[in-house]
Amino acid sequence: MLRLRAGHFFLLPWFVGFFGLTLGPALASLYLSFTNYDLLEAPGWVGLANYVRILTADAKVVDSVRVTLLYVVLSVPFKLGFALAIAMVLNRGIAGLSVYRALFYLPSLLGASVAIATLWRQVFSGDGLLDRVLLVFGIHGPSFVSDPDYAIYTLVALSVWQFGSPMIIFLAGLRQIPQDMYEAASLDGAGAVTQFRRITLPLLTPVLFFNIVVQTIDAFKAFTPAFIISSGTGGPINSTLFYTLYLYQEAFGYFRMGYAAALAWLLVIAIVAVTALAFLTARRWVHYEA
Amino acid sequence: MKPRLLAHALLCAASLVMLYPLLWMLASSFRSNADIFSSMSLIPAHPDPSAYPRGWHGLQVSFGKFFVNSLVISVLAVVGNLLSCSLAAYAVSRLRFPGRDLCFAIMLGTMMIPYQVTLIPQYILFLNLDWVNTILPLVVPKFLAVDAFFIFLLTQFFRGIPRELDEAAVMDGCTPWRIYWNIILPLSLPALGTTAVFTFIFTWDDFFGPLVYLTDVDNFTVQLGLRGFLDAGGTSDWGAMFAMAVLTLLPVLGFFLFFQRSLIQGIATTGLK
Repeated sequence: MLRLRAGHFFLLPWFVGFFGLTLGPALASLYLSFTNYDLLEAPGWVGLANYVRILTADAKVVDSVRVTLLYVVLSVPFKLGFALAIAMVLNRGIAGLSVYRALFYLPSLLGASVAIATLWRQVFSGDGLLDRVLLVFGIHGPSFVSDPDYAIYTLVALSVWQFGSPMIIFLAGLRQIPQDMYEAASLDGAGAVTQFRRITLPLLTPVLFFNIVVQTIDAFKAFTPAFIISSGTGGPINSTLFYTLYLYQEAFGYFRMGYAAALAWLLVIAIVAVTALAFLTARRWVHYEA
Repeated sequence: MKPRLLAHALLCAASLVMLYPLLWMLASSFRSNADIFSSMSLIPAHPDPSAYPRGWHGLQVSFGKFFVNSLVISVLAVVGNLLSCSLAAYAVSRLRFPGRDLCFAIMLGTMMIPYQVTLIPQYILFLNLDWVNTILPLVVPKFLAVDAFFIFLLTQFFRGIPRELDEAAVMDGCTPWRIYWNIILPLSLPALGTTAVFTFIFTWDDFFGPLVYLTDVDNFTVQLGLRGFLDAGGTSDWGAMFAMAVLTLLPVLGFFLFFQRSLIQGIATTGLK
């Protein structure tokens, strides 16, 4: 018999939340993923049918996986590249650091809102702000959001624009690097590029690793911008159909709850796999001692 | 001297590019719809605030109602997270009991689970409780410490508070509850503040939760209200929408201006968005 202590009472809300809203529902959705549940009738067991259809017979899954991977592969490197570049400029003891830091962080803070997604939709629409700016340079731009060749890049741009939070994390990491390492390196005749490759980059790898993992998982889970820019359709021609958006459509558009639960579990498996891969490769390139 | 100047020029140019769309939206909220699509400048030629009242009354329900709804949900979410996450954090950081380390490990583990995996059964649960189209699905989970991230943040902070304080209090006959309420919480105001501000901003900005759970326009939050402008049809009233968009950003902006330092420290030390 477990003897209850004060600690257990303090954890009571968390216990209820964990079992009632996390573990229970996670197991329930695992069960539902093997059924044809549609909210109306009791769930009927269909075995692996949902998974088989997702993996072999659903063209929209193929589209949504392609769109999502393209988004992850483009947005994460560009976002982190900008974040690191600006952080390094800011780290050179520049005056007005806190003002710049605040300005660059602002888009990250506001970016998750519908307000910014609607702004983005106008900026990249036909005759939108970007087309106006391009016209100054004599370029007739397309309507980016309604062109299937360009629509996904407007979402990538929106993500890259929000490089502020990884930038702050990079900045905190850069400050941990002892200044005398650079002084010693310059005395030995190391140039700026060598210093970056031999000192900054290796010592920053734990922070870089953290940013890559967090941003990649976030990119896999992105939803709101695609929903707003495409009015919930994932169009034009599925070109902004994020995997999460497709899952939402199946669950709350068609009420195919069983199928959507299977989609959700495959998303978890993908995220766990990518994270595990990151941790496995980390041994080769992440340096934990200064 | 020269590289400094170059760096400043670069940073100024970069921040201008970053902020240009935001400032342009602000300017456009004071323009007529025809001007929005023809002007790139950041200063409206004929400033006209009429988009604001037009947007405020642009949907069948006044935007003020959406503001009240969003405010109620966000404030309750803040209270819920502060209470439930600090209780859990206090237990795992200051008390001894069997299973404590396992609980903490599970908390860290739940931070990685994407919400999609619990979404559908949670929806079915709330549907059966008759909570859909009320604020309960958006608020009650916050009182059950589901945002493990904030438990983690508070745990880290509580661990930095000297243990001698607890021990002295125990000598004086304090119960764990008194220690939590009268010692730990008052000493943790910075971490509680960070939790409150981020919870408010995340809840205020949340689109997915309200999209799934709030179906009646009377219950809409500001984020759902904004989407209402887009769905109105092909001829969107961009001026009215931008005006309301600017208003929905103001609370977040306000928090940012007042709590900038603790927000940025929160991100730098914990990696929060």
